[in-house]
Amino acid sequence: MASSTPASLAGARIGDRVFKGLLTVAALAVPVLLTFLVWELWSGARLAIGRFGLGFLTSSEWDPVSGQFGALPLIFGTLMSSALALLIAVPLSLGVAIFLTEFAPTSIRGPMAFLIELLAAIPSVVYGLWGIFVMIPFLRATVFPFLKDTLGFLPFFQGPIYGPGMLSAAIILSIMVMPYIMSVSREVLLAVPNTQREAAMALGATRWEALTGAVLPYARSGVIGAVILGLGRALGETMAVTMVIGNRHEIAASLFAPGYTMASAIANEFSEAVENIHLSALSYVALSLFVVTVLINAAARLLIWRVARGSGGRSA
Amino acid sequence: MNGPRLRRLRSHLMVGLMALAVVLAVIPLLLILGTLVAKGASSLNLAFFTKMPVPAGETGGGVLHAIVGTLLIVGTACLIGLPLGIGGGIYCAEYPGSRLAVGTRFVADVLNGTPSIVVGVFAWTWIVSPQKHFSALAGSVALAILMIPMVTRTTEEMIKLVPNSLREAALALGYSRWRTSLTVVVRTTLPGIVTGSLLAVARIAGETAPLLFTALGSQYLSFKLDQPMAALPLVVFNYAIGPYEEWHQLAWATALVLILVVLVLSAAARLATRRKFSLHG
Repeated sequence: MASSTPASLAGARIGDRVFKGLLTVAALAVPVLLTFLVWELWSGARLAIGRFGLGFLTSSEWDPVSGQFGALPLIFGTLMSSALALLIAVPLSLGVAIFLTEFAPTSIRGPMAFLIELLAAIPSVVYGLWGIFVMIPFLRATVFPFLKDTLGFLPFFQGPIYGPGMLSAAIILSIMVMPYIMSVSREVLLAVPNTQREAAMALGATRWEALTGAVLPYARSGVIGAVILGLGRALGETMAVTMVIGNRHEIAASLFAPGYTMASAIANEFSEAVENIHLSALSYVALSLFVVTVLINAAARLLIWRVARGSGGRSA
Repeated sequence: MNGPRLRRLRSHLMVGLMALAVVLAVIPLLLILGTLVAKGASSLNLAFFTKMPVPAGETGGGVLHAIVGTLLIVGTACLIGLPLGIGGGIYCAEYPGSRLAVGTRFVADVLNGTPSIVVGVFAWTWIVSPQKHFSALAGSVALAILMIPMVTRTTEEMIKLVPNSLREAALALGYSRWRTSLTVVVRTTLPGIVTGSLLAVARIAGETAPLLFTALGSQYLSFKLDQPMAALPLVVFNYAIGPYEEWHQLAWATALVLILVVLVLSAAARLATRRKFSLHG
């Protein structure tokens, strides 16, 4: 029992100080780690930054033998696969999130949300395994020939069909980011006050009109935030993409052609690189990837916070 | 302009389209789970859990080395990551307005979105490169770095749910701040902190990218943290891209085990919070 003698008060004060000190160390660990991470990445990349400068980001040559490195095909591959993945994933996951918050019978809302959370927990390498042995054979036999026959006049669907390639990577990525976009946009939609819906319905709107006229405008910045968060995931996704994209340093118009991404180049080449300049070039790629994802995530957070704080709801 | 019937029709149509989206989105996800069970379950037997891998081309063998490796690597990551993560979370919740709390919160969000492969490069540059050899410890450090921001944020969110009156009551009874924090606030929210920690463990247990050039993988049973070590996700990756049918079989079985571990951890995490509500609610 705490009695108020001076001795125990002094003891409490020391205890408080020790406690706060320990917590401060733990809290400091996070910013210190980030600073350290940026510093180590930069020092690893310094050699390549010095030799190639910003031209590294616009050059297409990647030749470890002659020591020439340029990351343009990697940047292209990362942006292309992520953009395509979002193109597929965004309509589907927003449809699911809207359906689960606005229209679905109450009894299936909880279990479906639980299922989505679990699916977000499946490791990337497992998606990759499924991609190699189930998805690619299926796509190669059915979807790809169909696309080539019907849309073959477009440059995106020409050339030989290998199986592993840009489109395969985009499809597996879209499956992987869907749970994230679904669960975040579901939370954002749940945060929209019911009065928004009720007011629209009371004015005679149909359920669809209430959604597009009153709910979505309120949730807009949060939903955009969810999509950007999905983009951040897609950009940094490594294992599954490495396993299905074909891994070739090339920019091809055809989506059937193999490509490469920043993350998968690091995954494949880092442990095999022997030359310092090769390692440094890969660190440079890692640093660029880090900078891009930080910017994207910061933007997403800001948008989601706006809805959470309620300032996103300037009345629709 | 539009007749009411037309408007209602359009509403039904759009709702139907969204129901279709549910079907389209959920199908591949269920397919993945189905294939895993179908292809993996047949290779699961006692030998799979108790034997070492056999040379390529021979059938049989198991992944004991990777089970042990994952336990050691993830366990070490927890030893490093959980105290720092939980401590940081308590700090952010107990001193919410301080500059350090605001900064830590923001940086944790930034780190949460960092690609795991980048963290792997960091661990390589920091630990593997100066030591000049791959080590399980470097892998643990990489996983711990992924874990800390997750645990920090969930711990803080959980502690914020504790009503201030509870804290004030303890202080009014003469408890010191640290005893209030530990025996009242943290004690009340312990199931929530356990949930957050388990979810973080579930996530890092399946991570492959940060281990590729830190723990590297190994064909042997090893307990030495300063040496390369096998891990379940690495086994899935290496066997999946290998040329042998037997390897592919093992990859499926290992993936099934990995996903069971992840799902059990996630389910346990949810159970921990549910019990809290039935006890205190």
